[in-house]
Amino acid sequence: MDYEFQWRPVLRSLPEMLWGALQTIEIAGLAMMLGTVLAIFLALAKRSGKKYLSLPADMWIETARNTPALFQIYMLYFGLGSLGLQVGSYTALLLGITFNNAGYLAETFRGGFAAVPETQTRAARSLGLGAVQTQWHIVIPQMLRAVFHAMTNQMVWSVLMSSLGVIVGLTTDLTGVTQELNVVTYRTFEYFFVAACLYYLISKAFTLSARVVAWRLFRY
Amino acid sequence: MIAIENVHKQFGTLHVLKGVDLSVQKGEVLSMIGGSGSGKSTMLMCINGLEGIQQGRITVDGVEVHAKATDLNKLRRRIGIVFQQWNAFPHLTVLENVTLAPRKVLGKSREEAEAIAIEQLSHVGLKEKLAVFPSRLSGGQQQRMAIARALAMSPDYMLFDEVTSALDPQLVGEVLDTMRMLSKEGMTMIVVTHEMRFAREVSDRVAFFREGRIHEIGSPEQIFENPQKPETAAFLKSI
Ligand SMILES: Nc1ncnc2c1ncn2[C@@H]1O[C@H](COP(=O)(O)OP(=O)(O)OP(=O)(O)O)[C@@H](O)[C@H]1O
Ligand SMILES: [Mg+2]
Repeated sequence: MDYEFQWRPVLRSLPEMLWGALQTIEIAGLAMMLGTVLAIFLALAKRSGKKYLSLPADMWIETARNTPALFQIYMLYFGLGSLGLQVGSYTALLLGITFNNAGYLAETFRGGFAAVPETQTRAARSLGLGAVQTQWHIVIPQMLRAVFHAMTNQMVWSVLMSSLGVIVGLTTDLTGVTQELNVVTYRTFEYFFVAACLYYLISKAFTLSARVVAWRLFRY
Repeated sequence: MIAIENVHKQFGTLHVLKGVDLSVQKGEVLSMIGGSGSGKSTMLMCINGLEGIQQGRITVDGVEVHAKATDLNKLRRRIGIVFQQWNAFPHLTVLENVTLAPRKVLGKSREEAEAIAIEQLSHVGLKEKLAVFPSRLSGGQQQRMAIARALAMSPDYMLFDEVTSALDPQLVGEVLDTMRMLSKEGMTMIVVTHEMRFAREVSDRVAFFREGRIHEIGSPEQIFENPQKPETAAFLKSI
């Protein structure tokens, strides 16, 4: 093999790649927040014991967890398009990861909800708190603590999944930018090596900040 | 006044309450005693509407608890309840535990709610523990906090469900003292308890629960010294 490493081009385009990394962080972060909110509703729907709520929630969760994330993003890009809802590649990717996150997190949250004793709900309701207030102030905060570690894993997964944007033509996230540069320069190994390092750093940064958040939040 | 008329309660096929009749006057302290599984806890949870009923009627100051139109959240402001255990919200400090409902249910400002909470927590001897999380409290302190939390809503009635039975023996006294103090202050209370000495000392009346009914009810003297029914005597001898 007479491939000669050349790092200069990749260093020169590092600023571009960092911008791409920023968008990766943005997509993964947004998808995580949206996914968390949706997952809470999905988990509550499954717990409600009402078929018309639990059945759609079940279909969502089953699809998200048992089909490739790649397929999910594809379906949102082309599927919604064929329904006349044209979405851009950024939106398709964001929705795709959100869909996936929500499905996985819903299952995690279901376990988390089960870990909060029924007596907590009873105590809250006896004080006159309504059902929604009880969920918001008493049950959900305790549930989130129980699942925090699993959420951190999902966050990392969310970062890594965002690299799939390239299949729906996204060129502005870390993978997209890297791929564009690669096509022009053919320094494939160097570019993707640096991209991988950046992904690693982003994932670690999320894990560490999650630890700080947990330490601040869960002092009890 | 709490009026309970011919209340029946079933969990599926299990018939737990089989026609309970009882009324508790303002200012009265009523103790409920009886064997495990006789339906005492269930009775309390029916009174504040945590459990539904299949037949009969419960009214609190004329408001029918299980009527469709009744706003239970509103009714529950007037009825404090303390359970056997796990009353504390573990993720909130003692102060937050007590201010939560006054703020979110009664709409009080943080300052108002904290003033009330500090007053009630001092009342039960927990003024020093405001910023502490419940996991740092003893069982007895947790129960007193739960009492303060209920009192912060200025309830007209307090229901206690075996609040000392999960406690280490040396912690029982402090909680009973708190309840004793409340009864002296004229609080209307229904107290499910296994503490017979306490029941005898603070109650105006004692009700013996058996098989989903009130088997015998009367003054503490009658129940403890001169029970009219053989089952009452047998129960008292058994504990
Ligand atoms: N949510 C429920 N679902 C089904 N059965 C229940 C439920 N709650 C209570 N029961 C049953 O109802 C009966 C009465 O229970 P309850 O807790 O009211 O008794 P208790 O008099 O408070 O007993 P203890 O002194 O042990 O606390 C028991 O047989 C119990 O198993
Ligand atoms: Mg009980």
